[in-house]
Amino acid sequence: MDFRLTEDQRALRKGVRELLARLFGREALRAAVDSGGLDRELWRELGAAGFFALRLPEEEGGVGLGLPEAVLLFEEAGRVLLPGPLVATHVAAGAVPGAAEGAVVVTSASEGLVPWLDEADVVLGEAEGAVPVRSVDPLTPLHKVPGTGGCAHPSPEGGPPRRAERLPTTVSTEAVSALLAAAEQVGSAGRTTDMAVAYAREREQFGQVIGGFQAVKHLCAGMLVRAELARAAVRAAAVTADPVEIAGAKLLADEAATANARDCLQVHGGMGFTWEADVHLHLKRAWVRAELWLPAARAEEVVAARL
Amino acid sequence: MDLAYSAEEEEFRARLRAWLAVVLPALPPRPDPLDWPARRAYDCGWQRRLHDAGYADVHWDASPTQRLIFLEETELAGAPYVGANFVGLLHAGPTIAAEGTAAQRERWLPPVLRGDEVWCQGFSEPGAGSDLASLRTKAVRDGDAYVVSGQKIWTSHAEVADWCELLVRTDPTAPRHRGISWLAMPMDAPGVTVRPLRTLAGSTEFAEVFLDEVRVPVANRVGDENDGWRVTMVTLSFERGTAFVGEVVACRRLLGELARTARENGTWDDPVLRRRLGRLSAEFQALWRLTQANISEAQATGGVPGAGGSVFKLHYSHARQELYEAAATVLGPDALDLGRDWTLDRLSSLSYTIAAGTSQIQRNIVAERILGLPKGR
Repeated sequence: MDFRLTEDQRALRKGVRELLARLFGREALRAAVDSGGLDRELWRELGAAGFFALRLPEEEGGVGLGLPEAVLLFEEAGRVLLPGPLVATHVAAGAVPGAAEGAVVVTSASEGLVPWLDEADVVLGEAEGAVPVRSVDPLTPLHKVPGTGGCAHPSPEGGPPRRAERLPTTVSTEAVSALLAAAEQVGSAGRTTDMAVAYAREREQFGQVIGGFQAVKHLCAGMLVRAELARAAVRAAAVTADPVEIAGAKLLADEAATANARDCLQVHGGMGFTWEADVHLHLKRAWVRAELWLPAARAEEVVAARL
Repeated sequence: MDLAYSAEEEEFRARLRAWLAVVLPALPPRPDPLDWPARRAYDCGWQRRLHDAGYADVHWDASPTQRLIFLEETELAGAPYVGANFVGLLHAGPTIAAEGTAAQRERWLPPVLRGDEVWCQGFSEPGAGSDLASLRTKAVRDGDAYVVSGQKIWTSHAEVADWCELLVRTDPTAPRHRGISWLAMPMDAPGVTVRPLRTLAGSTEFAEVFLDEVRVPVANRVGDENDGWRVTMVTLSFERGTAFVGEVVACRRLLGELARTARENGTWDDPVLRRRLGRLSAEFQALWRLTQANISEAQATGGVPGAGGSVFKLHYSHARQELYEAAATVLGPDALDLGRDWTLDRLSSLSYTIAAGTSQIQRNIVAERILGLPKGR
């Protein structure tokens, strides 16, 4: 047993972090928040870098890696708040033509919600009659599906998304989606910890940096503990691919991302309550991810059922 | 990221499992948990069996992964815990093994491994608990002995111990971290008075120890004079790093028992309770994975466990307390019956966020040593 990243995995993580710093730095994030749209060019670049084809076999034009590597990729995506239906497109690669290359944007309905419906080329799952919601997250447009329904309508370029050949909605498709969303949550939880610590080391009150005050230190320590526990859970679940372990990991990752964003906001004080600080973007995205693919109540039931 | 165990490790597991299957049914009945002399005899008997079967030094000499397997298998099989041998096996022993001279290792380690001698921990004082460095028990050099006077408190297993890992101040003029030494003190030396303290669980697992001009040979000092703080930090990193990992397995087993009870008595039908147990199960599973991550790191770096142990302990101690609160909801009126193991364990669990460094101290350690935040108040 050696539950550490391998050399290759560390190199992959480093490469992805550098790629995302280039493709989607802070200025790009704020520009995206202002525009609210999906950047097709960015999507194609992600596709070219293998973001969606990571788990496809090499003979099918993929990268041939597995869930543990995908989890590292999505942790990095979560760190920088990379927008778009990343999970759905990644999961659809190989089944929906063009998804693997980033030429086609695929979204899916989950828990009665459909992110990025208007921007997507293909929608998977029950999206019939979906109505737009004023999304809390400025970078995740949402539709809500009233009741149950069929698949979305087919459409040519520019119109509403065409109906997809429905992917076989196996447990594993949902479990993989939940796992990757959980990985994004872990990335976000780690990032908000870093943001809080950096701010606490720089911001002064009462003649000293606030990071010297126990009240602030303990908030930061709690953030690290949540992030580390969730990270261990997500990475282990990626190795075992066990649906119950994945559900548990999603639960802890949702908790880590939302609670850490809140604590990060608290450490930032009044600054944290502004639109200008990025903290709220992490919190709002974390809320959205927590509602998609195994929200808390269902994840808890999944884990409890095996007890 | 590999969670599979090697063929060698699996062979170790299989051999241990087979041995446990033979030896456990033949063990004598467990003593009253409140009767420490009886518990000492029982725990030492178990340690002797481990020794004779070649497992005694698994906490020191085995690889971290083997240690993990040992803790997992003994717990799953329902084997006795280290109990009275906790300090000797997991605390003083590893410290002497790492910092002691050849003669000291020869004198003290074999009796611990055989279950012949029990140790207690003489660190805390009435004025030096979480702020350990402010300890005042003094040791004055007199020829080839130190003359020790002062008072210790919260001394676990003092009532039944043969030896005490004792922190004393050997230089009152030095900065407070620099004037401390680590001594092995015989508990039967003249001038040692043990007054057991009764815990809120009714047990006398710890005591006050009064020291009145106790003569401790200079040869019993582990590490250099006035270097005891560094030696102590080695001890504490063992305590926080590995001493508690086996208990995660216990918690997962307890949670399974609790779910069975809940299904039997109908409380499982309450979705709030069911989901609470589900969440706890996810937490203990994650703690187990965090343990595997920490062990992998320790195995790779070859060092003593680092501040990662504090990350583990912070969540673990809280989660275990929460487990007993959930248990009380499942058990209802039975949770008030001291005859149930659950009730005693619930009471004992109240110490987890205090013992071995309070949660507040652990948060300071995480904030300062991992996150690099400045020291302060």
